[in-house]
Amino acid sequence: MTEEIIIAGFGGQGVLSMGKILCYSGVMEGQEVSWMPAYGPEMRGGTANVTVILSDNKISSPILDTFDTAIILNQQSMDKFESAVKPGGLLVYDGNGITRHPERKDINIYRIDAAEEATKMGSTKTFNMIVLGGYLKVKKLYKLESVIKGLKKSLPERYHHMIPVNEKAIHRGLEIIKEVATVN
Amino acid sequence: MAENAITTKELIKKENLVYQKTRLLTDDVMHYCPGCGHGTVHRLIAEIIEEMDIQSEIIGVAPVGCSVLMYNYMNVDMQEAAHGRAPAVATGIKRLLPEKYVFTYQGDGDLAAIGTAETIHACNRGENITMIFINNGIYGMTGGQMAPTTLVGMKSSTTPYGREVSQMGNPLNMTDLVVNLPGTYFVSRQSVHTPGNVRKTKKALKKAFEYQALNKGVCFVEVVSNCPSGWKMTPLESNKWLAENMLPFYPLGDLKVPEE
Amino acid sequence: MEEFVLMKGNEAIAEAAIRAGTDGYFGYPITPQSEVIEYLAAAKPHERTGMVMLQAESEVAAINMLYGGAGAGKKVMTSSSSPGISLMQEGISYIAGSELPCLIVNVVRGGPGLGTIQPSQSDYFQSTKGGGHGDYNLIVLAPSSVQEMADFVGLGYDLAFKYRNPVMIQTDGALGQMMEKVKFKPQQPRSKKSPDWATTGKTSDRERIIITSLDLDPSRQERFNEKLQVKYRTIVEKEVRYEKIQCDDAEYLFVAYGTSSRICQKSIQMAREEGIKVGLFRPITLWPFPYNEIREMTGQVKGMLSVEMSAGQMVEDVRLAVEAKVKVDHYGRMGGIIPSSEEIVEALKQKIIGG
Ligand SMILES: Cc1ncc(C[n+]2csc(CCOP(=O)(O)OP(=O)(O)O)c2C)c(N)n1
Ligand code: SF4
Repeated sequence: MTEEIIIAGFGGQGVLSMGKILCYSGVMEGQEVSWMPAYGPEMRGGTANVTVILSDNKISSPILDTFDTAIILNQQSMDKFESAVKPGGLLVYDGNGITRHPERKDINIYRIDAAEEATKMGSTKTFNMIVLGGYLKVKKLYKLESVIKGLKKSLPERYHHMIPVNEKAIHRGLEIIKEVATVN
Repeated sequence: MAENAITTKELIKKENLVYQKTRLLTDDVMHYCPGCGHGTVHRLIAEIIEEMDIQSEIIGVAPVGCSVLMYNYMNVDMQEAAHGRAPAVATGIKRLLPEKYVFTYQGDGDLAAIGTAETIHACNRGENITMIFINNGIYGMTGGQMAPTTLVGMKSSTTPYGREVSQMGNPLNMTDLVVNLPGTYFVSRQSVHTPGNVRKTKKALKKAFEYQALNKGVCFVEVVSNCPSGWKMTPLESNKWLAENMLPFYPLGDLKVPEE
Repeated sequence: MEEFVLMKGNEAIAEAAIRAGTDGYFGYPITPQSEVIEYLAAAKPHERTGMVMLQAESEVAAINMLYGGAGAGKKVMTSSSSPGISLMQEGISYIAGSELPCLIVNVVRGGPGLGTIQPSQSDYFQSTKGGGHGDYNLIVLAPSSVQEMADFVGLGYDLAFKYRNPVMIQTDGALGQMMEKVKFKPQQPRSKKSPDWATTGKTSDRERIIITSLDLDPSRQERFNEKLQVKYRTIVEKEVRYEKIQCDDAEYLFVAYGTSSRICQKSIQMAREEGIKVGLFRPITLWPFPYNEIREMTGQVKGMLSVEMSAGQMVEDVRLAVEAKVKVDHYGRMGGIIPSSEEIVEALKQKIIGG
């Protein structure tokens, strides 16, 4: 199995840490992983994105132009990455702030209103975990327990008290993700 | 809206104009973080150039630091220097174009770390230039590392447990150093954290440009400034922190004024 | 056994530096490598091993701190990115001229001048052909994964001390910023012994020691230069390192190092799906360069494409190696742009197969 993912949104949405948790979940299950962020002043208040590759085999290029999955969290990223999903691939997006919804007919599209849900849950910080939960519902990549272990590994010890809240958010994501269109 | 309220259209009229952006600033959107002092000082410099009507007679030197793109915002001729080398670049310009006004604009990493030698020697030679020194106590551009001016105990990404004197030495007070050099003619330390201070800074900067015409040496203005991003504070918090922590160590005022 | 951790390449270098028993790190912040010094600042290496780490006031100062520390017989290193490495060239030349060991990491970004902070490989000439003044060579290691970023710190020190020569790890912003799994070697103690050439204070049982690169007598200076050249020839004979990937049946060859070599591996998959038999030759030491090993490939392949994030620098060495026996061309992107795997396959078809 190889899964090539782009996660894209605003800096501060937890894009990079979501990627890191996915990678650590893969490591927990003995996989090869790579995490390649766009870096630079681009990050300051602007857009943030990370290319994540999870694979049973050695990873060749950590830098990609097309992806199996795009997780899209703002309009700029929609404009940039909708076309980069491979035919038959997956696009997961948060509807918050999206003015032009995805239009492609040859990919599977799911929507998750995680920003709204995070506010309801009283912690906007859990936003990225809700998205992650939703994504893992559609792509059953890992056992939940590997994901929780991955979460633990990627959080500094002083934040470990946050794990239960994050776990709850992942579960919430599993519940609220909605299918918009599928091709197969 | 009340019946008699004026509409936007009625409001936007020449006679109602109370403030206008100087034409010495371009229309480019500044990339600075919200609340950052760099933008304010840029505006002051631009206003002074306009007031003195010296656009055609001035050349600026931009540093490497957050203000590396200063040349995008200032509607004057500018050169970009390597990190820390602005005073040397300015020396080259001024020596070959002695009739022109030349200024440098540098952060604390640029002016007081990597460029210390150039700063000291330009000041010691008494180059007839204006040097503007933005002291925000941190490296903003590269993501908040310790600067020579970082206060004792202050956290940065390379002093995550706070600046410790035994390891990192004491903060370097560059302005106190250059004031002792015979080549400096006018030396002042100001700040832009309140409207009152902005006005005082403008006065000091204006003198620093006007005195340049006398060819008496370096006119040096330090502006104690903030870096909300690097300090990990809101703009308001950063201004308060500046007043409470930076100013006791970097007290404001003129340090060297010409005898009239 | 230690388990895998996920780390950025820059952080892996920093952790590996502590574990390799580094005595001193001296550096100055610059993107895209500031994580090295930031990691060290947070990891409290002083408490772990007694290792010294200091933020210098400039790269000029940092490299001279290395000079001093190396002359005192210690394991010392610095890291920077292109503009900072340019500033260090004077010091590097002095270190080579004084035959001192040290480790210099260059996380390359696009130039010339202030350029861009995005990844590049445009410092190849600077690293491999001198950089500073005088007849000298650095041993240059080019990692292509986060694991190698970590491993080459120890290897770098071994080579530096074996030959009393500065070693450079030349990597780029992409490898510095990306995270992969990495497994570290166990903590190595810092060395308690000083080499006998180090300035540690003259005792009555030995002559005094002078660290210098100066000799005003031309004939003695020439003899010293000849001695250096003998050392460099030994390094050329013994220390060439490279990797061949899918070369057994290859009819064409990519020659690439670092990030480019990773992208080429994807290009190989794509090309092979179309029936094009292409392999990868990856120099691991950029100096000494694997001239002979590349020349040997001319008996097997019909052409080679040197893929670099530069205007074409390593391609000159590939051409030297190949001696015009097969077609050699270059494909690259500049200014911080990373070529895509598709582009590279296309370039192979147009420049080598079709051309
Ligand atoms: C030779 C060299 N070394 C390092 C850098 C990286 N660098 C860019 S700006 C900067 C420091 C900026 O700090 P400061 O001068 O205080 O300005 P600020 O960003 O805070 O306004 C550094 C270290 C560089 N561009 N060139
Ligand atoms: S990082 Fe700091 S100095 Fe730079 S623009 Fe932002 S607030 Fe200003």
